[in-house]
Amino acid sequence: MRLTDVERKMLDGGEGRAKARAMDLLVRYGEALGAERLVEVSNVAGTWSSTTPWVQADLDRPDDFDAIFSRFNLDSDEMVETPNAAVSTCQLIHGLDTRNYKLQGFSDAQAALQKKSEAFFGRRGVQWASTCTPYQVGNVPIRGEHCAWMESSAVVYCNSVLGARTNTEGRESTGAASITGRIPYWGFHIPQNRKARHLVRVEIPVDAMMDWGLMGYALGELVMEDVPVIDGLTAVPRPMYLKHFGAAAASSGGIEMYHIPGVTPEARDVADALGGREPVATHHYGATERRQAWENLNSGATSSDVDFVMLGCPHNSAEQMWRIASLLEGRKISPNTQLWVHTPRQIRQLCDESGYTAVIERAGGHVMSDSCPAINRALPPGTEVVATDSCKQAHYLPAITGKQCWFGSLEHCVDAAITGRWSGMLS
Amino acid sequence: MTDTVDKLVLRGRRVVGGIAEGEAFVTKETISGWGGIDANTGTVTERRHEKVGRSFAGKILVFQGAKGSSGWSHYFHMTRRLGSAPKAMLFTVTTAKVALGAVVTRVPSMTDFDGDPLSLIEDGDWVRVDADTGIVEVTKRRCGGI
Repeated sequence: MRLTDVERKMLDGGEGRAKARAMDLLVRYGEALGAERLVEVSNVAGTWSSTTPWVQADLDRPDDFDAIFSRFNLDSDEMVETPNAAVSTCQLIHGLDTRNYKLQGFSDAQAALQKKSEAFFGRRGVQWASTCTPYQVGNVPIRGEHCAWMESSAVVYCNSVLGARTNTEGRESTGAASITGRIPYWGFHIPQNRKARHLVRVEIPVDAMMDWGLMGYALGELVMEDVPVIDGLTAVPRPMYLKHFGAAAASSGGIEMYHIPGVTPEARDVADALGGREPVATHHYGATERRQAWENLNSGATSSDVDFVMLGCPHNSAEQMWRIASLLEGRKISPNTQLWVHTPRQIRQLCDESGYTAVIERAGGHVMSDSCPAINRALPPGTEVVATDSCKQAHYLPAITGKQCWFGSLEHCVDAAITGRWSGMLS
Repeated sequence: MTDTVDKLVLRGRRVVGGIAEGEAFVTKETISGWGGIDANTGTVTERRHEKVGRSFAGKILVFQGAKGSSGWSHYFHMTRRLGSAPKAMLFTVTTAKVALGAVVTRVPSMTDFDGDPLSLIEDGDWVRVDADTGIVEVTKRRCGGI
């Protein structure tokens, strides 16, 4: 790889041991990719989470954050002191809700360690956004900005909806990017790789939250990690639809970028999205594909007795929180069912002050932040059957927890929370 | 049965240097790291995956590549720390996830082959990976019983 003088100085230790280890990792990573050089990034979203048992293993003391940073954010066997972030850096979703940790089964000591880690890395520049949706809480890179983001649902939003440029980075690469302001120049940093290769013709109306999720889940399996342009949509999507769509597409497949002509910023029309080339494949999304996505998502669930309803994956917008509060107003959830509603801690504050939290809590639900059951594996005690309005959660929870999971609309899920029974059907 | 041993050689690009050999664990599918494997045992856990319930620990992992969450590298990083990592990785589709995952798993890894490893290598074949010279030697598992 070709390095600039500044990068070479960092690699050689002229900017300290941490940056030397970071550059060593970035060079190994760039060579693995076949990249020729690095690119400057100005926005990093990763994880400095320090409370999971894996990360805590083999430490002299649980708050040895420099050791955790060295091992897991730099892939370094040499222990280094954690320097300040060199560029804007935020923490994504993590394992422990600092307000509701007892519901998640965590101890006071674990919550205290979480808060201590937030203070440690916060002083070094890490913004504890603590959400899978940093773009919902003010972290909105501009079109063309080079970023290094983790979180597949955030990456696909960043590339497709915002027009900023990132690959799906990992814990180690974002750790290195944060303190060097560099990432390999590869993949979606390069303009020609951002063009669509697959054409998807949509033959049915898609204009509801659940339908955007189903379409995303179907397209992920059709396109895998490639870039599609989606033609034939008739209604302008809401941001929350695209959040749901991208998360689903990045779960069943590996979609990191898509185009919707006239909606997303890098596609005036289909030909523009394709960069003037013919598509390598053309797919159709119609009623059959929609039903297949529904059936795939629900294929592992057999018991209609729902113990646990999980809403808010990716984390809910304020608008989604208001819709949930509206559906729960004056009602009570089943004594046999737990309801957890997830939203970023910043939006929870908004919901607290707007009264939505109180409505959800009066109905028997809990407003959670910072994490989700797929991330921390925390479920209410005795949970065997889950219901969720998230394709991503329905995709991952059975594999991660071994539990049955139903997928449906928000209305299906609220009905399940109230009755304790799953009766969702695809209309 | 004859004593002839079927051998074949693939050439490809080094992703992570080093030499390793072992039994092949082959899937034409992609693998999810976070939410797709149990890092304690190296077992595939994705519900509808063709290898669900089977472990790649200590084997030569031959697969299409990575999919799903950006936790991919962290989960494969953990297989190294937990002793359940594959001995080497051979994959066909390069993504940031699989490249970083191979780097932090620190096992010999290769891609960009002159033949399709997903069809030429089968479960149980003996595979020697020399990522430094870019050569994979495959000794076919002999069929027809012992």
